[in-house]
Amino acid sequence: MKHHVDSVRSYVGVWIALLILTFTTVTVSHWDLGEFHVVVALLIAFVKASLVAWIFMGVRHSAKMTRLFVVAGLIWLSIMILITYGDYRTRAWDYQPQPWAQTGGAGVVR
Amino acid sequence: MAETAQPSVASATHDLEAEASHLRHHFATPEQQLDASTLGMWTFLITEVLFFGGMFTAYTIYRFLYPAAFESTSQYMPVILGGINTGVLICSSLTMAMSVRSAQLSRYKSLTTFLILTMIFGATFLVIKYVEWHEKWVEHHVPGFNFQYPEYPQYFYHAQILFFLYFCMTGMHALHMVVGMGLLTYLLVQSIRRVFNSSYFTPVEMIGLYWHFVDIVWIFLFPLLYLIGYRK
Repeated sequence: MKHHVDSVRSYVGVWIALLILTFTTVTVSHWDLGEFHVVVALLIAFVKASLVAWIFMGVRHSAKMTRLFVVAGLIWLSIMILITYGDYRTRAWDYQPQPWAQTGGAGVVR
Repeated sequence: MAETAQPSVASATHDLEAEASHLRHHFATPEQQLDASTLGMWTFLITEVLFFGGMFTAYTIYRFLYPAAFESTSQYMPVILGGINTGVLICSSLTMAMSVRSAQLSRYKSLTTFLILTMIFGATFLVIKYVEWHEKWVEHHVPGFNFQYPEYPQYFYHAQILFFLYFCMTGMHALHMVVGMGLLTYLLVQSIRRVFNSSYFTPVEMIGLYWHFVDIVWIFLFPLLYLIGYRK
C-alpha cells in the first residue's frame, strides 16, 4: 500500500516550533496588551493547533473529503460560539431606555 | 522529504499477503479502507470538538459577563505547572507521530519504544495534573466544596464560575487522557506482538489522531484558563 511517510526533520521541526510558541504565549501574557491580551493568546493557540493538525495529524496528506469534514467541524464550532456570544453581546440593547418610550410622553394611550 | 521503504521481492510478497488479510471484503483497495477509517475518525473527532465546544461556549459567555472576576483568578493558577504540562503533551505528540512513522516503516522495536515514551509523557501529564488539583484543594479554590476568596470578596461568586469551568474542562481533558492511555496500552500489546507493519497500521494512525486531538484541546485550555489576566 502506498502512503506518505513524513521525515523525522518535519516532525522535530514542528515540535520545536510548538515549544517556542508555548514559551511565547507565557511571555506575552506578562505584557499589558489590554483588549488584545486574549486575541494574541488565541492567535498563538490557533497557530499551534494548525501545526499539530497539518503535520502531526497528517491533514496535509489527507483526502479532500477529510479536509472538508475538518473545515466543516470548525464552522459548526464557530457558529455555536459566535452566535451565542452575539446573542449575549447584543441583549443589553433591549434595556436601553428610549425617549419616545417614556411613560407620560406624547402618544401614550391612557 | 518523504522517505519510502525499499522492499525486497520476498517482503513485497509478504506485504501483499498482509494486505489481503486485513482488507475487508466491502472495500476495493487498502487505500480506500484507510481513507474510510480516517474519515470516520475525523467525524468522531468533530463530535468531540463540539462536546468540548459547549464548555468553551460557556467559558466565552461567562468571561464576557464577568471579565474582572475571571482575570482575578489568573494569579492563583500554577502557570509553571501548566506550562510544563503543555511541554509534556507536545513531547507526547511528537513521540506519537514518531510511533505512526515507525509503524509505516515496519520498524517494530522503535514503534514499541515510541509508544512507551508516549505513555510515559501521558502519565507525567496526569501526575502533574493531580498535583495541580491537590494544590487547588489545599488553597480552598474548589468551587462549591471549600471555596474561599478573601482577597476579592466582591468576586466570590463569579470567580467560582471560572474555577468550576477549570475543573470541568481540565477534568474532561484528563478523562480523555486516561482513555488515551488505555488505547495506547492496547497498541503497545499489539506492537509487541508485531501486528503492525507498513501494510497495516490503521489503529496506530487512528489512535494517533485521537491523541493529537487531546493535545489540541490542551493547547486552547492552557492560555484560556491559566493566562487570562495581565500579570506583572
